[in-house]
Amino acid sequence: MGKTLFDKVWDTHVVDSVQNGPQILYIDKHLIHEVTSPQAFNELEARGIPVYRPNQIVATADHNTPTLNQDLPIKDELSRKQLEQLSANCAKNNITLYELGHKYNGIVHVMAPELGITQPGMTMVCGDSHTSTHGAFGTIAFGIGTSQVAQVFASQCLLLTKPKSLRVTVNGKLKNGVLPKDVILYIISKLGTNSGTGYFCEYAGDVFENMSMEGRMTVCNMSIEMGARGGMIAPDETTFEYVKGREFAPKGETFDKKVSYWKTLPTDDDAVFDKEYYFDAEDIEPMVTYGTNPGMGIKISESIPVDDNASFKKSLEYMNFEAGESLINKPINFVFIGSCTNSRIEDFRVAANFIKGKQKADNVTAWLVPGSKQVEAEIINEGLKDIFENAGFELRQPGCSACLAMNDDKIPQGEYCVSTSNRNFEGRQGQGSRTILASPLVAAATAVAGKIVDVTKDIETLELA
Amino acid sequence: MEKFTTLTSRAIPLAIENVDTDQIIPARFLKATDKQGFGGNVFRDWRFDKHGNINEDFSLNNPTYSGSILVAGDNFGCGSSREHAAWALVGYGFKVIVSSFFADIFKGNALNNGLLPVQVSEVFLKSLLQTVEAHPETNLEVNLENQTISISNSEVSESFDIDPYKKTCMINGYDDIDYLLSKKEQIEAFEAEKTY
Repeated sequence: MGKTLFDKVWDTHVVDSVQNGPQILYIDKHLIHEVTSPQAFNELEARGIPVYRPNQIVATADHNTPTLNQDLPIKDELSRKQLEQLSANCAKNNITLYELGHKYNGIVHVMAPELGITQPGMTMVCGDSHTSTHGAFGTIAFGIGTSQVAQVFASQCLLLTKPKSLRVTVNGKLKNGVLPKDVILYIISKLGTNSGTGYFCEYAGDVFENMSMEGRMTVCNMSIEMGARGGMIAPDETTFEYVKGREFAPKGETFDKKVSYWKTLPTDDDAVFDKEYYFDAEDIEPMVTYGTNPGMGIKISESIPVDDNASFKKSLEYMNFEAGESLINKPINFVFIGSCTNSRIEDFRVAANFIKGKQKADNVTAWLVPGSKQVEAEIINEGLKDIFENAGFELRQPGCSACLAMNDDKIPQGEYCVSTSNRNFEGRQGQGSRTILASPLVAAATAVAGKIVDVTKDIETLELA
Repeated sequence: MEKFTTLTSRAIPLAIENVDTDQIIPARFLKATDKQGFGGNVFRDWRFDKHGNINEDFSLNNPTYSGSILVAGDNFGCGSSREHAAWALVGYGFKVIVSSFFADIFKGNALNNGLLPVQVSEVFLKSLLQTVEAHPETNLEVNLENQTISISNSEVSESFDIDPYKKTCMINGYDDIDYLLSKKEQIEAFEAEKTY
């Protein structure tokens, strides 16, 4: 029987198997940030265990960083201490750190791919559930808890039971205005938030084959929102082209050799998956969520479904929405374009193309937060900053920002935010905030109209890139 | 890590599905750099309103309920990988979480902190929730060795699955670091010979 992409990468990384138990999986790259690493460093220090392979670890500051005045000392004492501790831990253990203000600083899942740290066929982990993002390269990448961060520090390995395999195939041609974010929100709305639990997901079909690397990252990023530890897309010419020439990518002959190996990774024709789902690209439209988990999504032109389940009702009550109503024309005061899901240059190009020559509605506060210093530089160099600022949008400095609202970028109590981030949980963007997940296009259109509008109506005439 | 063998305790019901780790411990409390002190903020925004007033309707605030077992709705612990969620539940005093389904990362984090996730059938979960809500004084018995959860003084019982390796770790209080360090030579050999 043939092997899946996941099998091939997994099997080459197994060091040993525990009898009747998990396997020891070797980890090639370990990404760390300020929030989920300090307790792991403390643990090692308390037990007198050294960091085993510091040169396979890369650190960035992203979750708890301000998006204004990054050159000034951080006001919040706890945040400042957390960042200082990251710097001290990295210095003490010889770990590369892209701290606040560094030209490579950014959200961990934006920074690593753009530097060529993420490569096909690797195993990568980070104490962050959206590590699934890196699966876009045909990488086994998944989020881990802090105890596991300590384990990787100590041994460069993890004890894991091999997950089951799942494949989601989407064939056909996406309609104009339907973005990678809509594809993944659509899949999650159909499969629910736990269909992928216990599985690693592969995305296949021409929709993903024709997608850019940035689009593939958006899709793989949200695999965890359907419960899957990770999502993967077979590496192809698009992948090799993206990796080639980046700072930490292999160069010259080594690169060519790697490419020959990477070409052997795609799933064999006769491989069998534990579970398979198929969707048609033509059925997908721009999506919005209406509830408090990412599976509660509808096409923007649809109405909220009716359901008697108590948790469903609690969710609508929190959102202050009625079952059966449409979200079109709902007034919106906050728009956030950013997060590890949608903060790459293509996302800002889509937004800028829509916004160009228009004005943000007066009632809207619109934050644009680039995923990294490099994305920020591209926004400026391509002239997008001027478009945004002329339209009344606020371009901030890189970081996770209002996706999880650990810093000051919080949505006020009771307010709706149309957000390109990945989670619409209660209070995710600030206590009492109400999140509506959407693509950068829907977010931009909302900011201009000051309310949710049916972008599908103009879909034929939209110019996106 | 603390050892776990058996537990007999009352339980607190939380009949909500898809409880995500942002609810268990909101992000604004993740600025701490040690594992202590999260217990006081577990389910913070369900236990208290924005002004710090207690929400008396919430089961953790209901004096009728007590104990170190939380009986929660389907898909408990979804969302963020933050281990702070497990630390907060342990810090509050929970030793067992019962649900019909657990998110992967949360489940692993719980096991790594001596917090036992007990996955039961939907039917059994429903009956547990009904029993605990109707008779809060009821004790539940969790036996890790036999992998069973029962309602005390009744015939109501169900067995649960757990990875045999993790079971041994829980019973003996071992953690994965000890095991991985004992394999250092093999890991070094793997690094020297790896083919990719």
